[in-house]
Amino acid sequence: MTTLGTISHKLVRTRAGLVAAVAAVGAVVGIGVAAGCGGDEAAGPTEVVLVTHDSFAVSKDVKAAFEAESGLRLRILQAGDANETLNRALLTAGDPQGDVIFGIDDSVLSRALEGDLLEEYRPDALASVVGTYVVPYDRVTPIDHGEVCLNVDRAWFADRRLPLPRRLEDLTDARYRNLLVVENPATSSPGLAFLLATVARFGDDGWQAYWRDLRTNGVLAVDGWEEAYTQQFSGAAGSPGKRPIVVSYATSPAAEVIFAAKPLDVAPTSAIEDGCYRQVEYAGILRGARNEDGARKLIDFMLSERFQADVPGSMFVYPVREGVELPPAFVEHAIVPEDPLALPADDVDENRDRWVDEWTEIVVR
Amino acid sequence: MTRRRRTVALAAVPVAFLLVFFAWPLAAILERSLLGEADGEGALDVLTRESTLEIAWFTLWQATVSTALTLLAALPLAWALARFRFRGRSLVEALVLVPFVLPTVVVATAFVALLPERVERSVWAIFLAHVFFNVAVVVRVVGSFWAGLDPKLGDAAATLGARPAQRHLRVTLPLLGPALASAASIVFLFCFTSFGVIVVLGGLRFATLESEIYNQAARLFDLRTAAVLALVQLCAVALTVLVSSALERRLGVRVRRGRTAMPPVGRDRVLVTVVVGLSTALLVLPPLALVLRSLRVGDGHGFAHFRSLAAETPALLVEPWHAILNSLVFASAAAVIALAVGIPAAVVVARGRSGVDALVMLPLGASAAMLGFGFLLAFDERPLDLRSSPAIVPVAQALVAIPFVVRALVPALRAADVRLREAAAVLGASPGRVRRELELPLLARPLAVAAGLAFAVALGEFGATVFVSRADWPTVPVAIFRFLGRPGESNVGTAMALCVVLMGLVAAVALLSERSLARRATG
Repeated sequence: MTTLGTISHKLVRTRAGLVAAVAAVGAVVGIGVAAGCGGDEAAGPTEVVLVTHDSFAVSKDVKAAFEAESGLRLRILQAGDANETLNRALLTAGDPQGDVIFGIDDSVLSRALEGDLLEEYRPDALASVVGTYVVPYDRVTPIDHGEVCLNVDRAWFADRRLPLPRRLEDLTDARYRNLLVVENPATSSPGLAFLLATVARFGDDGWQAYWRDLRTNGVLAVDGWEEAYTQQFSGAAGSPGKRPIVVSYATSPAAEVIFAAKPLDVAPTSAIEDGCYRQVEYAGILRGARNEDGARKLIDFMLSERFQADVPGSMFVYPVREGVELPPAFVEHAIVPEDPLALPADDVDENRDRWVDEWTEIVVR
Repeated sequence: MTRRRRTVALAAVPVAFLLVFFAWPLAAILERSLLGEADGEGALDVLTRESTLEIAWFTLWQATVSTALTLLAALPLAWALARFRFRGRSLVEALVLVPFVLPTVVVATAFVALLPERVERSVWAIFLAHVFFNVAVVVRVVGSFWAGLDPKLGDAAATLGARPAQRHLRVTLPLLGPALASAASIVFLFCFTSFGVIVVLGGLRFATLESEIYNQAARLFDLRTAAVLALVQLCAVALTVLVSSALERRLGVRVRRGRTAMPPVGRDRVLVTVVVGLSTALLVLPPLALVLRSLRVGDGHGFAHFRSLAAETPALLVEPWHAILNSLVFASAAAVIALAVGIPAAVVVARGRSGVDALVMLPLGASAAMLGFGFLLAFDERPLDLRSSPAIVPVAQALVAIPFVVRALVPALRAADVRLREAAAVLGASPGRVRRELELPLLARPLAVAAGLAFAVALGEFGATVFVSRADWPTVPVAIFRFLGRPGESNVGTAMALCVVLMGLVAAVALLSERSLARRATG
């Protein structure tokens, strides 16, 4: 018998080895059991599965209310941003990971409708949704809207007696040199929204010149929102950042107040009304859902007053339902842009890749 | 014949595990990507694109330089820890592991705060971060082997008039060969497949194959390009593994059990103090920045962010402390799986089966995004309907941890001295006594290292975990990521508090395993 053989046998024979071996077998069996117990279909489905993005959130009591009303457990799977979530769904189209997908936004809507991904469903509650957000497709239901806006660090500008930028054009002014940080539209959802805002504003043949000017004026482009906001933006509490203008959301100033470590009267940041871009988020029933009936119940619930009122506090976006009251922090510190920029979904889908490529040429190379 | 049969039986465990949880899902996604639709560019076109070549070249050279720098930075510390006993040694050993579990986003934040702006978005930031992350691998893998080396050889050289530098270069370095090859290969693979560091610290100008695969697969949904790049990366990883395992074998030496570490005296004492002091300072700086940040509340300081670990938050479906429990449970399960699969694999690899070696190491080279997609396609039916089961989390973490178990064990297994065993047998020791008193003590340290690394890797794993974790079962890295994705001081603060908890857990586990070892050695 060789040394190595001895060692391996010894490992299994010693108590520690035995424990490890038993535990390993137990773990593997456990996986099998857990897999086998995934919902007893003979007794009808007992759960409904929501596939969504990283930013999805719901209050505990609201989730519990749905579960009590429907008698179904709500399971939530989240990974990646809106685009990545849709791609995962497209990969498993027809044999989906869950029953409902939430978080399809305008910039990917046409791709979601193109693929044979979603079932038709038109909830009755659609009647109480503000007209602006209703789309002529029966396969998606609008749930919320959020606006991507420039945010500024108010103290930074006050200290230097520099006026806050008011319009997109101001950002190309030499006074605002090296102050702006944006996200890469190829990899970030707010980054793409801001690029689309400039396209909507300056036109398909005018936005390039604007970005060339931004580049000359020292715009910094980073990979994602986390790097831009928590690392480069000076206005985020505790950030080491040095740039006082960032692409974020209309609600970010309210979040700074709500999540301040010590109570604040005034938000340290504010959103700039000009250049905001609207994103509506939709939900849909995945074709091949195991629990289609539960899926309908979930979408109905997402349009209910209870869920819609929870949307600002949980996800920091706005409800699409008419007459839902906003929490006070949002009324005071956030803005609801009156007339945000927007582009038709088809337009975005047709040109998105070209725009992003051109943007990369202009800003990165 | 019987030995051969035993080897095959041993190999069955790791091979079966990796076939089911690695090869099958990967094959599923590659098949879908490459054979799915006939339109679009062919595979060859992707390969010959200028951008592909650029990315492949950058991936290769940055990984080579990063590995060299990591070895340079880590060897002095490995020497000090392996050779000498001094106060605070086990604490330093525990601290070394901490960077290893920190999520890249968090380290990047610390680096951005510490580095001058000129360095921030340069290739130097990437090198620095790679060194910071991987020092642990070298210190642990090389250090545990070094501690087992017989210092008498060096002493003999000294008696014969060799100067210290000569002694290290001519005697110690060649003896360390197998462990160096082992550690270097794993560091190289880590840097070669680097993702978070590149994306966060490299800005938009740098891309590795791994980051480009993610970009193509998860974001652009160009599965064909992603699959071709993934295959290129897999081939490169397999090649690296074969080369390094050939090196390990060729360099392999028989080692006697070294004498226990002694307190340093004379010149050594100065050297050890300088090396340990400097290394510790550099390793501690970024974590320290995080600790300070977790304590900063508004304009003052306090524990508010730690208290909020118990509070309900919109960032998670559960209170943050659940994530700590989940992480402990998942990482323990993953470490057990990794040991159960990795120990037989290491024995088989040590017997010269480089095929198994390559198979075990490949998960390090597979893009997490592609593997995640593969899971979605492969595990959709019973008995393995794991797509939404929390059980998939430790399995995914174990895939990443197994290579560390194997690399930590193989050099020691190869070095186990046949003659030593034979001598003991001649002197009348029973086979049982040989095992108990000779072989297990020799392996105890590498085993503890393997278990510690596996646990730490599983604890810090993010790329694969985030793909398979369920929202009601978040792990600490996933929770950190969710908090960092939201504006507001207490969100960032809670993320920092979770980082501190993560660092504390790893340091505690490392300290515990050291302690239990020390007790076993003396008791």
